[in-house]
Amino acid sequence: MATSHAQKVGRWALAPSLAALTVWAFVPLAIAIYFAFLRYNLQSDNTGWFGLNNFYYFVNDPYFYKDLFNTVALVLSVLAITIVGGTGLAILLDQPFWGRGIVRVLMISPFFIMPTVSSLVWKNLLMHPVFGLFAAIQRFFGASHVLDWFGTVPLLSVIIIVSWQWLPYAALILLTALQSLDLEQKDASMMDGAGPVSFFRYIVLPHLSRPITVVILIETIFLLNVFAEIKVTSVGGFAGNLTYLVASQLNEATDIGEAAAGGLIAVVLANLVSIFLVRIVGKNLGT
Amino acid sequence: MAIKISARRQIAFTIIAWTIGILMFFPILWTAIAAFKTESDAYTLPQNFLTTPWTMENFAIVQARSNYLLYIRNTVVIAFVSTILGLLFAVPAAWSMAFAPVTQSTIKWSGWRWLATILGTAFVVGLFLYALGWDLTNRASIGFLALVIVIVPAALWVFSRNTSDSLLWMLSTKMMPPAGALIPIYLIFNRNGLVFKDWGWIDLSDYNIMDSFWGMVPLMMLLNLPIIIWMLFTYFKEIPVEILEAARMDGASLWAELTKILTPMAVPGIVSTCLLNLILAWNEAFWTLNLTNKYAAPLSFFISEYSSPEGQFWAKLSAASIMAIAPIMVVGWFSQRQLVRGLTFGAVK
Repeated sequence: MATSHAQKVGRWALAPSLAALTVWAFVPLAIAIYFAFLRYNLQSDNTGWFGLNNFYYFVNDPYFYKDLFNTVALVLSVLAITIVGGTGLAILLDQPFWGRGIVRVLMISPFFIMPTVSSLVWKNLLMHPVFGLFAAIQRFFGASHVLDWFGTVPLLSVIIIVSWQWLPYAALILLTALQSLDLEQKDASMMDGAGPVSFFRYIVLPHLSRPITVVILIETIFLLNVFAEIKVTSVGGFAGNLTYLVASQLNEATDIGEAAAGGLIAVVLANLVSIFLVRIVGKNLGT
Repeated sequence: MAIKISARRQIAFTIIAWTIGILMFFPILWTAIAAFKTESDAYTLPQNFLTTPWTMENFAIVQARSNYLLYIRNTVVIAFVSTILGLLFAVPAAWSMAFAPVTQSTIKWSGWRWLATILGTAFVVGLFLYALGWDLTNRASIGFLALVIVIVPAALWVFSRNTSDSLLWMLSTKMMPPAGALIPIYLIFNRNGLVFKDWGWIDLSDYNIMDSFWGMVPLMMLLNLPIIIWMLFTYFKEIPVEILEAARMDGASLWAELTKILTPMAVPGIVSTCLLNLILAWNEAFWTLNLTNKYAAPLSFFISEYSSPEGQFWAKLSAASIMAIAPIMVVGWFSQRQLVRGLTFGAVK
């Protein structure tokens, strides 16, 4: 039990962080709400009450539904790829083989690459329709018509790049969880005659269910906010998401009011997800 | 009993794992090779990298043309200062929550109490501003008043929580999507934003923290503060309280307890937290792309400049990319195990 002296000091020790985070959590939100109801474009002085018009214009933006769809499609497909692939990679890395440490380092590396670098490298060096490596491979196999990745399937290209970045994350977390699996359980199930499939189905998968949930929820937070991959590859018009739409309202249309309204819509969307995350992580807290 | 693994199985796994590992790493490897080739060789397909000459000229050209050193200096300043600043905030907070937790919330909130707090705040602040001579019908005043009415009850609520609720609330601040905070932060940073323009009682005509460390460092610190606090908390939680109690029995003061017993045990956790935060701050791309373009622009912005038309020079793009990612990738390799804890908010260790 902590002493009352420690309690008192503890209050003061906690205060700066709480104050900083209170400011961070509430001030921007309050300002966003305030400006979402104003007519305010940086290029004109004409400001005034605008009611719900900012929301109306944002939702009726020709890109809105497309970008909303792209947001959801991006999150869901990257999640599917990283969870399935990550589970596979984690099981593979958990097997005994030569050079595990090195392979682990090779696999985890994409996670440390900054988004702008991975976007440009993939776009130019790999996916370029003329000089890219993928085009060369296609031509090597005799294709007369090579795939122009960012020209014809921009969303898929972005999904591939983002998946490449997040696959190591899922694999690393699931591997860590897998290594805490009790080996005796495996021995026991083997003795009972369980094959690798039923071992995976009845022992590994239940053991991984919680880490998988955590990975899904945390990845969702970050994937909803994918921005650099879209901006740097300049496919915002074809594969933009909500985050990109809000940023372009600011950078291109300089419409503060509408961008603030769009930002609030993004906040609502993110909160729907985060409610679940906080609950699940909270259950595990055990303080 | 360990399961015996046949040599054949092990060879098979070795081949599969190495293949997949190299495939995952391949884009980075490809970039690294292209960085050491001349511009025309980097384009030629099918590439015969082994026979073409190697060169270091790209690195020199990148530095000469776009001043790489400036950007890496900016990145290092932003990443390191925000990490240190974050630790100054987070270490006491995590210590407090791990060793002196508050078990019960200090204020029991009810509807009436909320109403009284909000109305009371509005009245007191309004009176104060009126006494200062503000025109309360002015839009700036109304905006400021609205801000105070939000922030004061919110702060009271936050500060009255018990420890486990505080932890969860801190976590939830990380869910704030950057798109939602973009406009407010832009306006706060910008001299021409409406936020500070009409205040009058302080001269803010020179105020502009857009594209400066004064803006980017605190922003980066706030972005990662929840993760730092959580990660440190899970490390501190593992330090047995019995040791501290034994020290107290022997008459150690709180200060001695902190410096002589706790700090040495906490160092590994603090170091891993630092590494994670460095990686996150180094690779941050949303805020840096939107809020910087020259003076405080870090490496992620530097690379985005290569999207066009410099992107047509692949050897230089590759050289720049390698220079931007190499330092942090090495840091990442050494801290991969610790990352798990921080990136799952302690849910997976």
